[in-house]
Amino acid sequence: MSDKIATREAYGRALVELGSVNDKVVVLDADLASATMTKYFKEAYPDRFFDCGIAEANMMDIGAGLSTMGLIPYCSTFAMFGAGRSYEQIRNSIAYPKFNVKICCSHAGVSVGEDGGSHQAIEDIGLMRMIPGMTVIVPADAKEARKATFALSEFQGPVYMRLARLATPVFEEDYPFEIGKANVLREGKDAAVFACGLMVSETLAAASLLAAEGIEISVINMHTIKPLDVACVTTYARKCGNVVTVEEHSVIGGLGDAVAAALMGEVCCKFLKIGVNDQFGQSGKAADVLREYGLTADQIAARIKETL
Amino acid sequence: MNTAELSKVCRQVRRDIINMTANAGSGHPGGSLSAVELLTSVFYTQMRVDPQNPKDPDRDRFVLSKGHAAPCYYAVLAEKGFIDRSEFQHFRQLHSILQGHPDAKKVPGVDASTGSLGQGCSIAVGMALGAKHLKKDTRVYVLLGDGECQEGQVWEAFMAAAHYKLDNLIVMIDNNGLQIDGRNDDVMSLGDLCAKMKAFGFDVFEVMDGNDLTSVLAALNAPVSVGKPKCILAHTVKGKGVSFMENQAGWHGKAPNEEQRQQALKELED
Repeated sequence: MSDKIATREAYGRALVELGSVNDKVVVLDADLASATMTKYFKEAYPDRFFDCGIAEANMMDIGAGLSTMGLIPYCSTFAMFGAGRSYEQIRNSIAYPKFNVKICCSHAGVSVGEDGGSHQAIEDIGLMRMIPGMTVIVPADAKEARKATFALSEFQGPVYMRLARLATPVFEEDYPFEIGKANVLREGKDAAVFACGLMVSETLAAASLLAAEGIEISVINMHTIKPLDVACVTTYARKCGNVVTVEEHSVIGGLGDAVAAALMGEVCCKFLKIGVNDQFGQSGKAADVLREYGLTADQIAARIKETL
Repeated sequence: MNTAELSKVCRQVRRDIINMTANAGSGHPGGSLSAVELLTSVFYTQMRVDPQNPKDPDRDRFVLSKGHAAPCYYAVLAEKGFIDRSEFQHFRQLHSILQGHPDAKKVPGVDASTGSLGQGCSIAVGMALGAKHLKKDTRVYVLLGDGECQEGQVWEAFMAAAHYKLDNLIVMIDNNGLQIDGRNDDVMSLGDLCAKMKAFGFDVFEVMDGNDLTSVLAALNAPVSVGKPKCILAHTVKGKGVSFMENQAGWHGKAPNEEQRQQALKELED
């Protein structure tokens, strides 16, 4: 793994690249361009950037209107205010009519850190995957965030993309990104561990720790939570017998529940969900907050070991 | 089309509203009847649309932000030839294109799915902004209820309309003064709506009788100021045209029974 880059940073940079090849792409923000990193697009294409002020609900519906004119709006804010505050706008004005709006929210999860529980969305994946027809994507690193940003423009329909504030490792391997197709990053027979977002790199680190003890786990990057790669989930669950999910999200409603639903009635296996246990986050340095909620490599390794 | 002919269309639209809601046994006659002149005038005298080509990219747009006035919308769309009148009998029934509130996926001529109050104006702002960005001369019309203006998002949209100088946006407010729980002034007073719209940067045309075609047309035809969105604040009568429904909040979301249907239709005869 090389330098650390936040997925929001990669998203912001990718938008500029995308803007140069697709003039239908327009970007909206709600006074957070310098945090969601849409500021790069704003600088490059000021005539295609629309600041909506601190009014997220209005922004989502302006996005809906822009999409009906044949444009491809990328609406950005923090996950709390996008998936949270604007939930019903996304549900009724974007997803219900199947409008081609890309909702790209940064500062998801407890790794937001210092801003505290009020700003740490741990329900956004759940909220978004509940909506009929919504596609939900959580890139694991900067490279994947860039590819996903491009893939969204080619995809017809509403998409929610979850991005992180925290700079995290970038994988050296440049694997392909296809919406709905999981990436197996490591093969191992003892457990199938499905992770998303910045928990993928933590899980890979956990895999190395476990390997030192002779435990081999498969690590699968579930960058698309919906539609879920059910074939991959059932195949690896059958192969390993032990299934673990790891996410920087509530254990209610997120990746863990999606994987569990795919396996229920299909595969008989042991199952462990690792995530935020039905509680709000809190202030602290991101690394400390992740540790507080049991989301670091050594803690993940320990829990996987317990379950075997 | 002259005013007398338009008036005839309005009466037909009112009869359709009564029949649709009576057939369905539910729906919103009150706020549909108050909006008849506004909606009919826009579709018949303002909008550049082709019922044979409802997705024409160069068409003007209309958003029914007060989506519960769907029966009025459907009746006008049918009169214009976007949909067939035979669909009316299926209003609010399983598998119908005519949902309780407008569904853009299902109805030709419907550009936005609405019904959850407060959202339509923002969608219209997006359309108007998109048209400006694409250098199209598209005009965007949006019809709001007065009670709907209690939703905070409506004011976010108004703010954005002025900020982006959307002089291609025409906001119409069906100010019938009533909402489900009673008078606006008792439920949550909107205060001086006219002054508020002006303060939000709109060119405001107040129509004292929003059920009078001549007044509505004059406001719609009035030239707009460059760089300012237009607002038509139309004072209307909820339940207009049916004596026992007029100015009765109770007819917001209640369908007429058979006897009431017949009485209403009699009052609405040509």
